[in-house]
Amino acid sequence: MKLIAAMSGGVDSAVAAARAKEAGHEVIGVHLALSKNPKKYRSGARGCCTIEDSHDARRAADVIGIPFYIWDMSDEFHENVVENFLAEYAAGNTPNPCLRCNEKIKFAAVLDRAKAMGFDGVVTGHYAQTRDIDGQRLLYRAVDSGKDQSYVLAVLNQEQINGAHFPLGDTTKDNVRIEAKSRGLSVALKPDSHDICFVPSGDNAGWLRERLGSQVGDIVDEAGNKLGEHNGAYTFTIGQRRGLALSVPEKTGEPRYVLKVEPVNNRVVVGVKADLAIHEVSGLSPIWCGPKPSGQKSGFIQVRAHGSAHSCKYFLDESGPLPELKAIVDQPIYGLATGQAMVIYDGDRVVGSATITGTK
Amino acid sequence: MPQVYFDHASTTPISSVALESFIEQSKLVGNPSSLHSYGRLARKKVEESRETLANLIGCHSSEIIFTSSGTEANNLAIKGIFWHRLKEDPKRKLILISSFEHHAVLDPALWLAESGQAEILMIDVNKDGYIDLEQMESVIKDRHEEIALISVMHSNNEVGTIQPIKEIAKLAEVYQIPLHSDAVQSLGKVRLSFKDLALFAMTVSAHKVGGPVGVAALVLKKGVDITPLLHGGGQERDIRSGTINAAGIASFVSATATAMRDMESNYQKIFALRAKLIATIQGQISDVRLNSPLEGEILPGIANIEFPSTESDSMLLLFDAEGIACSTGSACSAGVQEASHVLLAMGRSEAQARSSLRFSLGISNSESEIEYLEACIKRVIDRARAAYRG
Repeated sequence: MKLIAAMSGGVDSAVAAARAKEAGHEVIGVHLALSKNPKKYRSGARGCCTIEDSHDARRAADVIGIPFYIWDMSDEFHENVVENFLAEYAAGNTPNPCLRCNEKIKFAAVLDRAKAMGFDGVVTGHYAQTRDIDGQRLLYRAVDSGKDQSYVLAVLNQEQINGAHFPLGDTTKDNVRIEAKSRGLSVALKPDSHDICFVPSGDNAGWLRERLGSQVGDIVDEAGNKLGEHNGAYTFTIGQRRGLALSVPEKTGEPRYVLKVEPVNNRVVVGVKADLAIHEVSGLSPIWCGPKPSGQKSGFIQVRAHGSAHSCKYFLDESGPLPELKAIVDQPIYGLATGQAMVIYDGDRVVGSATITGTK
Repeated sequence: MPQVYFDHASTTPISSVALESFIEQSKLVGNPSSLHSYGRLARKKVEESRETLANLIGCHSSEIIFTSSGTEANNLAIKGIFWHRLKEDPKRKLILISSFEHHAVLDPALWLAESGQAEILMIDVNKDGYIDLEQMESVIKDRHEEIALISVMHSNNEVGTIQPIKEIAKLAEVYQIPLHSDAVQSLGKVRLSFKDLALFAMTVSAHKVGGPVGVAALVLKKGVDITPLLHGGGQERDIRSGTINAAGIASFVSATATAMRDMESNYQKIFALRAKLIATIQGQISDVRLNSPLEGEILPGIANIEFPSTESDSMLLLFDAEGIACSTGSACSAGVQEASHVLLAMGRSEAQARSSLRFSLGISNSESEIEYLEACIKRVIDRARAAYRG
């Protein structure tokens, strides 16, 4: 096959590209420029947008022996990921930009461009697996549970999964590093990126405040009593405990958590942990990474990229104007924000996902 | 798969004569600035080369300052002349350049402006890629007392148009304003004489003419003392310091001599290939638009062509996959393609500039290579159009 390897300049995508080439595919390495001014989004060594990263990606491509180009995806990235991130926070939600980047950039803009140019698919260094079962390509968790990235890929539809190649899904991160070293890739020991790549300092709240402006509002309890002030409701996430700086302590001495973010009246509602308990999660317009389920099924729901999976019953509710994915968890989940993705698993297989719009 | 190199304006293969000369000279030990016999021998070669080059490009040998690159020579010209002129008269803060200079001229001028030292005025170019002489004349007339220097390229590296340097020199001469010309693309391809052009300074470089990368020269009028960029041993007329690159210089001059000896026949051959290339592309892709003039005052080998509804980086990738090397405008340090400032200056839109490619031919190209391009181009452009993000 003819494949485009998306190379961030990190160790995973470098080994993924090397493996794809070794498997006999015709591979071309592409580094995605996500900012017109590469220093704008990140100035450190980690992330995806520095001159150093594009240099590392180029060197990896040289070592692997594949052609290498830079693709300017800055307009698409800004519009679909950065703007979306801001808009979602402004609306009181907690978006996951990596998910949007996979959905709209890596396996949409890049995959579309690759296909138009005569390529068959895109190779990435994501830790996830695909298996062809009964003529259908399905998405599975990676072998390395600590690195599994199937959560951020659960936004891919069947066509996108068909064009996706994840050569690292059967390997642990430690072994990927060892392999990188033996392949002579200088990025073998390069640290992982953890933060959001377009927030240079890692200071999410500060970055949001800079763009959305400071908006002083009240922090209140569930009865509406004012407990303190904040600089912008959008910097808070449901379930958040730190950074509340409340002057009035909870009577029982229990720590307090964000229960609700109300962007319209710029209020943050706090309460004790028990108030965060959630039994039912729902999301509109789900995406299926395989066959659409019928009836109620038993499975697992995951609500954070590296969170644990909770056993649940899930079903598709098609009674409303838009189909709704619902999951009833066997044990309560604490601190769940709208805007996060709910991903349903059947064992290790990714069933599908939806953006959380409601919790009970 | 055939490998076809249509990017001679970026760099062209080293000629066998130049390579031989480089290797021969590299075998010898001796710093040309040393006083012993080894040094004298190396110096002898450098000075013979300098004299040969002076004869070839119509200047006095003492007017040649060897540098490490065309970029260095251009920086030395722009900054060195600017600082020198400003020192003579604090009113002289204005730098006149064309709006489509190479970055090696544009950026030092912009740097001087951004650091608050200079003011830049860019003279327009027309849609065919020629400087607006009337605007140049009126600016010189109105602001001659403020002008530190004028720099206009001899020929444009992206579209290949040759500029009316002689006319500009006449305008500058009236007020004794120094005129510099970046002649990197012209050397060895078209007639080039420092004296006939009545220039104050001129840049030439080895690797565009079949010499090695890493050696170039600033030709600077005799008796002129400009501010150096590099301070040190003062090897080149006390204006440029650094150990003299004897092998590079010898090779540079051999390459130039060969190119100038064969200039007429090379021009004919390359120009004919270019015409065939353009006709072939037009034959296959009916809606292309030429950014370079078809004929007239142009370099023989540069054809800049717009392929509507494409992005140049997709075309470059797809041509590269077919073994054909061509080029787009410049890219930033991280490698992101930018719309060519040359094409924008010529009045093309951002979208037009982004869908243009430069093919630059040299003596190593052949008709069969153009026939190979003919066989691939439809596939390349169809795919590039399918991938177009418009």
